[in-house]
Amino acid sequence: MKDGIIEVRDLVKTFSLEDVQVHALKGLSLTIRRGEYVSIMGTSGSGKSTLMNILGCLDHPTSGTYLLDGTAVSGLNRTQLAGIRNEKIGFVFQGFNLLSRTTALENVELPLLYDRRHRIGNPKKAAEEALVRVGLGERLKHEPNQLSGGQQQRVAIARALVTQPSIILADEPTGNLDSRTTQEILALFQKVNADGMTLVMVTHDPDVARYAERIVELRDGLVLRDEAVIDRCKAVLELPPAAKENLS
Amino acid sequence: MKWQSLIKVALMSLLRNPMRSLLTMLGMIIGVGSVIALVALGEGSQKDIQGQISSLGTNLLIVMPGSSQMGGVRGGSGSLGTLSMADVETLRKNGRLFRGVSPEIRVQAQIIAGASNWNSMVMGVAPEYLDIRNYQVASGNFFGEREVKSRAKVAVIGQTVARELFPGEDPVGARIRIRNVPFLVTGVLSSKGQSAMGSDQDDIILAPSTSVLYRLGDGKTVRSINVSAVSEKDMEAAKSEIITLLRGQHRLAPGEDDDFRIRDQTEIIQMATSVTGTMTLLLSSVAGVSLLVGGIGIMNIMLVSVTERTREIGIRLAIGARPLDVLVQFLIEAAILSIFGGAVGILTGLGTAWGLGSLLGVSSVINPLMIVVAVLFTAVVGVFFGFYPARKASNLHPIDALRYE
Ligand SMILES: Nc1ncnc2c1ncn2[C@@H]1O[C@H](COP(=O)(O)OP(=O)(O)O)[C@@H](O)[C@H]1O
Ligand SMILES: [Mg+2]
Repeated sequence: MKDGIIEVRDLVKTFSLEDVQVHALKGLSLTIRRGEYVSIMGTSGSGKSTLMNILGCLDHPTSGTYLLDGTAVSGLNRTQLAGIRNEKIGFVFQGFNLLSRTTALENVELPLLYDRRHRIGNPKKAAEEALVRVGLGERLKHEPNQLSGGQQQRVAIARALVTQPSIILADEPTGNLDSRTTQEILALFQKVNADGMTLVMVTHDPDVARYAERIVELRDGLVLRDEAVIDRCKAVLELPPAAKENLS
Repeated sequence: MKWQSLIKVALMSLLRNPMRSLLTMLGMIIGVGSVIALVALGEGSQKDIQGQISSLGTNLLIVMPGSSQMGGVRGGSGSLGTLSMADVETLRKNGRLFRGVSPEIRVQAQIIAGASNWNSMVMGVAPEYLDIRNYQVASGNFFGEREVKSRAKVAVIGQTVARELFPGEDPVGARIRIRNVPFLVTGVLSSKGQSAMGSDQDDIILAPSTSVLYRLGDGKTVRSINVSAVSEKDMEAAKSEIITLLRGQHRLAPGEDDDFRIRDQTEIIQMATSVTGTMTLLLSSVAGVSLLVGGIGIMNIMLVSVTERTREIGIRLAIGARPLDVLVQFLIEAAILSIFGGAVGILTGLGTAWGLGSLLGVSSVINPLMIVVAVLFTAVVGVFFGFYPARKASNLHPIDALRYE
């Protein structure tokens, strides 16, 4: 068995509203191995985003432990968490979350500007390479409003990749995209995963989930089902020739 | 984050909203501009006044007859004729700290030259008077000791008198009649312009003290004695020397009040500058308030900006910006706004000072220190008023910020 890059034990997350308490996670445990490609499924409100935000160090669990790449995340302060987010995690959002009126290149460069250890020597060059890798080598100077949804999401993926993180977390990355651009993103993910990157992707679409090698299904803040994908889809094969060229 | 990238990021977000950045800076521009302009003009007019006063004479002490402040029954200032030529002689013979001593005997008289006439002040003085009072002879000669001894009927006239009595002519060698006594004009003084008090220093006739005293005056009343000390630092010592010498001459018993008063230049300068100083202070504080308002404007805009850019802050935090990075970014934005505003304000202020100055005939003094202070001040204002919004931004929780609509 390969070592777990993510290990969460008995994760509890409770949101306290004015008079009610919402138990989003109720003692969830999960291990994700290095190099794995995992889909997280579940109905709306089952706790997928809550789990992803904790995995992405954007939020603290109410209780439970979280080991990320050997580091105990609980107990880190805000500044240390920022460091972890910068170095170890690439987050991809459903709504892309790019800076508006900022070029693709600058958007991708941004996380490197916050890298205090300067692990990557030449931020501009690295950003350019990441954009080429996602097939946007021709769109460096374009701003988000000049790009399609699929292209924007690819910029966001390039931004996640550029820091060479241990893991990419994507919360419904294709939720806002049509089926064709969804294929583009899925193909990109499979390629990135084939290069060795660990990937966790949230989706509520069973067809999308089948592109991963393992599906974890949540219900009411607990793992309902956790199994390998038998009939795994290969996204690249379904792409039109032009897009395939772009990705190779 | 490196400084270059911090500044780049801050500049980029400011340029995303150029109109708003400009309007924010306007408060700073007006504030700094008015402070700079007012201080430049204030210092300028103070310098003008000081220049006028030092044109009175260097290290000047003026002895005037008068009761002291502590006497029981007092006459008004100058009401007692307590100064005489003997006093002048005493000071001149025994003084060690004086560069020059000259009496001043004043007679207001009608002057006639040919068909023209003019009313002017005739002053009986010693030859040193020229040096004591910073007068210069433009043409001809001043009189000397010999003329004083012989009570010679010679006079040196000021530019105004020359213009009124001898328009377009050379007055040197001409004859004038002062109270019907004929005098020979031996020289003309250079122009000195207006005094700090606004009187015309060129409407004057200088003649030997004895001539004026005995031929035109009452033969005893010396209006004042002008003394110049050897140096500025000897002013106080010279003053006490005058007091000692005159008390001895007047045979005043110890404890008895002085029957004369001494005024010095600093006193006069203080009097004149205190007025403009108060004005400058008043106007500067008004300008200071506008600076404060400019600072609050920056805070206001930064607060709006933080709320508006909550999502952006969320994105930055999500990709690994530390709270400190966000804090510094907003501080730098505020500082850039206020420093740019301040820089434009300095230029505007200098322009205004120059323009208003030449319009009002006041000189404007540009103090480099003032500009340094202004720059520092605007940076401090930016950081001070930028801190609260920046702090608010850096305290945002990444998830809340990302969810913000
Ligand atoms: N910030 C929050 N405050 C209160 N309740 C929340 C918050 N975030 C999520 N929840 C609740 O937690 C539960 C799980 O939400 P979420 O993880 O977003 O579900 P999913 O992503 O699977 O749709 C839901 O009932 C949701 O209402
Ligand atoms: Mg969700």
